[in-house]
Amino acid sequence: MPNMQLNKTPMPEQSPDTRNTNFTEVALGYTAEQAKSEAERCLGCKHKPCVKGCPVGVDIPAFITPLKSGDADTALEILRRTNALPAICGRVCPQETQCEELCVRGLKGEPVAIGRLERYAADSAVPKALSGAAPTGHRAAVIGTGPAGLTCAGVLAAAGVEVTMFEAFHTPGGVLIYGIPEFRLPKAVAGREIESLKDMGVKIETNMVVGRVLSIDDLFARGFGAVFIGVGAGLPTFMKVPGESLIGVYSANEFLTRINLMKAYEPDAETPAPVFKNAAVVGGGNVAMDAARCAKRLSGGNVTVVYRRGEAELPARKEEIHHAMEEGIVFKFLTAPVEILGGDDFRVSGMVCEEMELGEPDASGRRRPVPKPGSRFTVECDCVISAIGTSPNPLLRQTERGLEFDRWGCVVTNPDTGETSRPGVYAGGDISTGAATVIKAMGAGKIAAESMIAYLAGK
Amino acid sequence: MAVIANARRLNADVTRIDLDAPHIAAKALPGQFVVLRVDARGERIPLTIARADAQSGVVTVVVQRVGKSTAILSDMKTGDIILDVAGPLGTPTHLQSGRCAVVGGGLGCAIAWPIAAALKREGAEVHMIAGFRTKDIVILEEEMREDSSALHICTDDGSYGFKGFVTDKLKGLITGGVSFDRVYAIGPLVMMKFVSRLTKEYGIPTVVSMNPLMVDGTGMCGCCRVTVDGKVFFACVDGPDFDGHLVDFDETMRRNTAYAAFEKARMDEHICRLTGESRGAEHA
Repeated sequence: MPNMQLNKTPMPEQSPDTRNTNFTEVALGYTAEQAKSEAERCLGCKHKPCVKGCPVGVDIPAFITPLKSGDADTALEILRRTNALPAICGRVCPQETQCEELCVRGLKGEPVAIGRLERYAADSAVPKALSGAAPTGHRAAVIGTGPAGLTCAGVLAAAGVEVTMFEAFHTPGGVLIYGIPEFRLPKAVAGREIESLKDMGVKIETNMVVGRVLSIDDLFARGFGAVFIGVGAGLPTFMKVPGESLIGVYSANEFLTRINLMKAYEPDAETPAPVFKNAAVVGGGNVAMDAARCAKRLSGGNVTVVYRRGEAELPARKEEIHHAMEEGIVFKFLTAPVEILGGDDFRVSGMVCEEMELGEPDASGRRRPVPKPGSRFTVECDCVISAIGTSPNPLLRQTERGLEFDRWGCVVTNPDTGETSRPGVYAGGDISTGAATVIKAMGAGKIAAESMIAYLAGK
Repeated sequence: MAVIANARRLNADVTRIDLDAPHIAAKALPGQFVVLRVDARGERIPLTIARADAQSGVVTVVVQRVGKSTAILSDMKTGDIILDVAGPLGTPTHLQSGRCAVVGGGLGCAIAWPIAAALKREGAEVHMIAGFRTKDIVILEEEMREDSSALHICTDDGSYGFKGFVTDKLKGLITGGVSFDRVYAIGPLVMMKFVSRLTKEYGIPTVVSMNPLMVDGTGMCGCCRVTVDGKVFFACVDGPDFDGHLVDFDETMRRNTAYAAFEKARMDEHICRLTGESRGAEHA
């Protein structure tokens, strides 16, 4: 008999007042009992609506079935057939707008907690060493070691392609390492997934800034038969308001990189952490939530999220918004920054904002916020974090003449195949689409890898 | 990872480090930089490439002891290993023939020197003006002499060469009738600011090499943003070279003090650990 309880089995988590003072993981994961009970909520629909919501097509009912009898090993094996990074996806995917949105149980009550079950399977199964297929003798280069590149490398390696990945930073993982904080995705979890790729024979060269130290021509000359570009959208956008050069104004990328990649919050790290009492974060996406929650943990002061649309329009994952609110982050909706104020010391002393109201729908179909006259007020803060989006990394656009880019700086890519304008060169993830999600990048990495396998075989 | 092929002191505070990094040496162009990380706790330190030899695979950087991270790097020895070296980064210096003045200040001479050498190879007439506080800290004199058409060493205290600032020397050359097509200034921000102010008066195009705080060095964080002609640029990818007449030097000087308190505390702690002396007590 399925478990007909209307709500998801709650996942234990650190209490808000404890967790907002530490960087360890907020959500603690299901116990075996809880996982079993939640798995029982899955009706195992024949037509599997949930699978249509998954960018990598995980066979969701198939992996949940063994969890009903507590068999995490089989569940992980099924997950791994379509998803190279289940421990990561279980934590960071926006399930509520993907698989879970289409779950039949969601028609009356809450959908099955697919993400939590995925995480449970990945965390508690005894990992089986993965091995690549028999070597085909083909070699491929993957530029960037974020979600798109890691997925692409995993699919290629599983098909017997010899893969070398190139990472510009000193640590692989891309946004999983520099962007998403420890309390949401522990570095050890991302590290484990990367290690399992290495076990399959994938090589990773760090500190290699492709475009500068190596060109795509160099990669072909080194004997790689195909190249995948997954360098992401790492170029931060600032708000273009007066005062942005004051000390204490950060892009979310800088703020998060100092904390996540450079571990500046640890006492013996040599990279300075931002020092402030109260912070204002501008933006409403996952990055804004990550920055706000890191700011709270660093300073213990007031942290205000300023977002120009309403609560319903917040693009962040529901769980992150909920967690942020629980942790004492204050939200100012329908509010936009006008100017950042500074003192004689050239440091931030406040941020002037104005209230907005929603007008006619804009090109994105969302109602455009327009300023309300006479509504200006000042948020007291000595730190401002701009989390209003990023654009594609510009380096390859500047250095690679043979590739076509669109006017937003994205590599022009066929979404069905990952092909770019240059034969043998494929792309996917944020460098092709602009800033999106981990799972969408993974989906694109997988599609490109399949095309690359066919291309290499036909050479 | 890179092995230090050779490390030697150039003066009490400045060390020349030759790194075995053939892949970087093969691609590096004048004006580009590398980012180093000494160990797993270390910060990412941007250092301009002083010399890159594709044949021997050696990349040379010159480091000045200013904080804990650079102090640790300065004390490294031949044969030691640097955990991470990434590069070459940044846009190479735009070189032009004609008559140029290359102005270096202190440690900046280590970067001005390869620019002078590259300009000379391009066929330019290169007047190298190298400024130091005093004679004891003069570095790379032979190298700069070799790679320029004329070398003018200046010391603030007059203990060696011309007595005065590089701006005094540059002004003297200009008013003395040397007509420069272009000036390259590399050194402390305040020096580049005053060189640019001088050359603006005379309408001489001037390139400066900006050295703001940086984290990643690949265009990802925006920590190194500088304002040029009212617009924001990232020194790590758009620069580090910019038009000296349009740069807001005061802003970068102020931004560079952002972590002064942290840096001083770390340096004091480091000295204390090395010598057993507390700087605080010394000053008390």
